[in-house]
Amino acid sequence: MKPLTLAALLGLAAVAGTAQAADPNLARNLAATCANCHGTNGRAVEGAGLDPLAGLDKAKILQKLADFKSGVKPATIMHQIAKGYTDEQLDLIAGYYAAQK
Amino acid sequence: MMLMKRRDFLKAGAAATALASLYGCAGGTRASGHVVVVGGGFGGATAAKYLRLWSEGGIQVTLVERHAEFVSCPISNLVIGGVKTLADITVPYDNLRNRWGIRVIQDEATGIDAGKRTVKLAKGGELSYDRLVLSPGVDFLWDQIPGLAKADAQARILHAWKAGPQTVALRQQLESMADGGVYALSIPKAPYRCPPGPYERACLVASYFKQHKPRSKVIVLDANEEVVSKKGLFIKAWDDLYKGIVEYRHNSEVKDVDAGSATAILEFDKCKADVLNVVPPQRAADLAARTGLKLINNRWVDINWLTMESANTPGIHVLGDAIFPAPTMPKSGHMANQHAKLAAAAIINLLAGQEPNPAPVVMNTCYSFVDPKNVIHVASVHQYDPATRLVQPVKGAGGVSAARNEVEGKVALGWAKNIWADMLG
Ligand code: HEC
Repeated sequence: MKPLTLAALLGLAAVAGTAQAADPNLARNLAATCANCHGTNGRAVEGAGLDPLAGLDKAKILQKLADFKSGVKPATIMHQIAKGYTDEQLDLIAGYYAAQK
Repeated sequence: MMLMKRRDFLKAGAAATALASLYGCAGGTRASGHVVVVGGGFGGATAAKYLRLWSEGGIQVTLVERHAEFVSCPISNLVIGGVKTLADITVPYDNLRNRWGIRVIQDEATGIDAGKRTVKLAKGGELSYDRLVLSPGVDFLWDQIPGLAKADAQARILHAWKAGPQTVALRQQLESMADGGVYALSIPKAPYRCPPGPYERACLVASYFKQHKPRSKVIVLDANEEVVSKKGLFIKAWDDLYKGIVEYRHNSEVKDVDAGSATAILEFDKCKADVLNVVPPQRAADLAARTGLKLINNRWVDINWLTMESANTPGIHVLGDAIFPAPTMPKSGHMANQHAKLAAAAIINLLAGQEPNPAPVVMNTCYSFVDPKNVIHVASVHQYDPATRLVQPVKGAGGVSAARNEVEGKVALGWAKNIWADMLG
């Protein structure tokens, strides 16, 4: 078991019961909504033509997502997807992928 | 390393009924217990894998699936159009067994006792569970098309709406059809599995005819008032690419068929075809109703969007095409994969005695081929809204392709490879 996740789970025990507290695995859960195309934990299938996100620099991921949102970076679909998430959510997602080895 | 314990357990080959007591020995707040997953499609397979991944092996998972291998409905229209083979859309369950330590049982769940928390299997025996994931797909409402009630009629007039032998059989019917023949495709009233699927199929059959049987016709008999998904883009494809081949008829519900003559019977007229392909009306697989799960409109399972748990039956989480969808949410494989992750996260929290994530998000994308190279998509993102307790589509997000294009033709095939790996890899 990865120590990080255990810590997160133990941390949750303290807040359990307060339904509105953010889930400690929120970043993981949000990032998983991208995995259908970018691979489980951001490890895309090699040669399938979709970009892996695992281990990318967090600031670079955020910049690309901001550019998709604003339309600066041309895209077939990411402009429509990025607009569905708040900036806070994209920050969590980018942090999660950046932390994947 | 976490899987070692699991493999040892598998080697022990314990009797199904003894599973629950053997499973789940980890203490503390770490999630443990035994989850049975019924159905190994986009929903069930994803749930099984993510329960193992995210519980880091703490939760034991048994997957019950009728078929030996997964066959994908998405991309199956390319098999019908002659561009891909069944092998291209078939993925084994080996990684779920060997990499993820999931016990995959090839069998059919015939009954669920929600009180005792047990699942009955067709080949005999019972599984007990702490939580059940039910991802059973759809069953067809054959009684709405009386002429298809019997097995011999169903063998002649195909649906090919569950990928597998029917996919190949429909391809063979199209290959055997003489040039100048008519292929008629009947679409039921929405909601049904894969809203853009029938229109994609019409395109790909038309593309095959255009190249190989140019005097042949595709007649689309749509029970709906208009094209249900990506309307403008499909109509443009028919106009630009398949003029004189595709004929689209709206408000054309097929009420019955004469299987012998491959004739579709509508309210006021008939349509005789050489190859008649009927996508029947659907509802959540019968197992859901038999289990006593609350249905909406007597068809689709009512669920709680924080957990995917049945609205009236605790401990049973329902995924995929079987559920009553949130607003604008299609019945798609992509969506089922997202339901599965929402459910897996919730189940792990619940089994550790914690609240589920109060702010889940799911998103959908459906790619459709309008010819073997050009694709169009529809996408949406849905965020949980505490006021309505539904995952609501985010305004201003999602949408459709600007125009059909070859870039997305490549992306669509890449999407398939990645989602198959996300669920089964
Ligand atoms: C339906 C498939 C799909 C989903 C789901 C998806 N993406 Fe993408 N992503 C793409 C495609 C395709 C591209 C290439 C740009 C384009 O055409 O839109 C891309 C590009 C990107 C890039 C740029 C990569 C690079 O190296 O240039 C980032 C970053 C990204 N996506 C992040 C995300 C995040 C974060 C999510 C989830 C919130 C997500 N994507 C969900 C299909 C998808």
